Amino acid sequence: MSGSLHPDTAVKSTGAMFAHAVLACALSHDGRKSVVSTLRSDGPLVLRQCNPKGPEPLIHKRRDIARASLAAGTAGPIGGDRYALDVHVGAGSTLVLNEVSAMLVLPGVGGGQSRMSITITVEAGATFVWWAEPIIAAHRCNHRHDVRIALADDARLVLREEMLLGRHGETPGDFTSRLRITRGGSALYDQQLGFGPSAAGWNSAAVLGGRRAVGSIIAVEPDWVQTPPAALPYDTHAALTPLAGPGVAIGAVARDSLDLRRLLTQGLNTLGPPWAI
Amino acid sequence: MGQQAALLLLADGRLPAGGYAHSGGLEPAVRAGRVTDMAGLEAFLIGRAATAGLIAAAFAAVACQRMARGDLTDLDALETELDARIPSPELRKVSRDLGRQLRRAMQAIHPHGIYAKLGPAPHQPIVMGVAAAVLGLDPHRAALAILHENNAGAAAAAAKVMRVDPFDVHAILARMTAQLDHLARSAAQAADGPLADLPAPGAPLSDIAAEHHRRSDVRLFAS
Repeated sequence: MSGSLHPDTAVKSTGAMFAHAVLACALSHDGRKSVVSTLRSDGPLVLRQCNPKGPEPLIHKRRDIARASLAAGTAGPIGGDRYALDVHVGAGSTLVLNEVSAMLVLPGVGGGQSRMSITITVEAGATFVWWAEPIIAAHRCNHRHDVRIALADDARLVLREEMLLGRHGETPGDFTSRLRITRGGSALYDQQLGFGPSAAGWNSAAVLGGRRAVGSIIAVEPDWVQTPPAALPYDTHAALTPLAGPGVAIGAVARDSLDLRRLLTQGLNTLGPPWAI
Repeated sequence: MGQQAALLLLADGRLPAGGYAHSGGLEPAVRAGRVTDMAGLEAFLIGRAATAGLIAAAFAAVACQRMARGDLTDLDALETELDARIPSPELRKVSRDLGRQLRRAMQAIHPHGIYAKLGPAPHQPIVMGVAAAVLGLDPHRAALAILHENNAGAAAAAAKVMRVDPFDVHAILARMTAQLDHLARSAAQAADGPLADLPAPGAPLSDIAAEHHRRSDVRLFAS
């Protein structure tokens, strides 16, 4: 698989959970609405069709699109676990994926690494809205998060990712998260964030500056090939930056989860309709 | 072995390639009050080397390896992959400005036909990698050269934007040599894998600070 970064060479640890969930949507036969065509939950990864959860960029609670929610069927992931989620957004369809609650990443009994790989394909003319809740890296966790998104040339995307460095008053364990987005097979956005005792310099002024929450919103709009939004550092700890391709990254480094959500929403709203919420 | 003198030539801050005009994000970090003392400076340099430094080193290593093989077919893909790893348009521009200046310098100092084929504004790590190969250096040394040049450049800027003792600044550089060696090895290893898997460690505050810095009225350094 050309988009796959890490060959899985890990040894199975006792009691670890392995889960592989699949979500797909497609345009209905009459082409008038998007429908969920595959909804395969697996153990801790529980997928359900759902109603709009709150404000949604781009979609604004439309009823003719497919909408699913990811819930945790158990605590975790914990060290040793391997979770995988595949999402496929069929040509011309629109899918919203949200989450019921934040994901708390915990250390395992044996101290192994937990991993979650999410692979997303968005076909021609399709739209994917991924409005996730924060990932919380608990003390002594050891987690690798890996998200790969392959967009067709004329696909649209908006996603939010938020990471919290430990629960209240605790220091985070080792955590890395990579988000790689390709468009028409070419790299559009590729960023990894790593922090925790094994990482170097993450708490410095160059990376996170001692703050406890970090996140971004990525929006990809094919029309921005002609007229990309201008760069806008709208807060001392947040900026909207146009990518080299037709997308923007809104990045923020915040004191806590509320501050982070506020900064990211503020950045998104500078894009105006239909992105603003 | 061999070519050690060529490595020193390429990594030397006195190479007239425009690096002196940049603080590697240190000036904006000091202006924002995020770096206030020597401990903060050391952490900043370590964090920067582990993020932007590792990316630059890996791309220099790949460019060097491809040039040494005489196969630059994925040069465009390399530029695109590097763009994808730099969210800030200001930092992409800085990288391309420095690349253009380094190419001009190397073309004058040690001409080679490849420099004309690198496009109007190639990224600095890619020019560095190509220049290293032209000088007979391997990917590991190309990585080392750009890690050292970028790190020493940012450290030298400390004297202009903070109250520092130059001995203390160089003490940080001395303590960082093992980290740079480690990063250069990782970069050279990554050069053997697919481009999509090249390291991509982000530095959110550096991106944010760079966008503020460009709009600042009073600044000593371009970045």
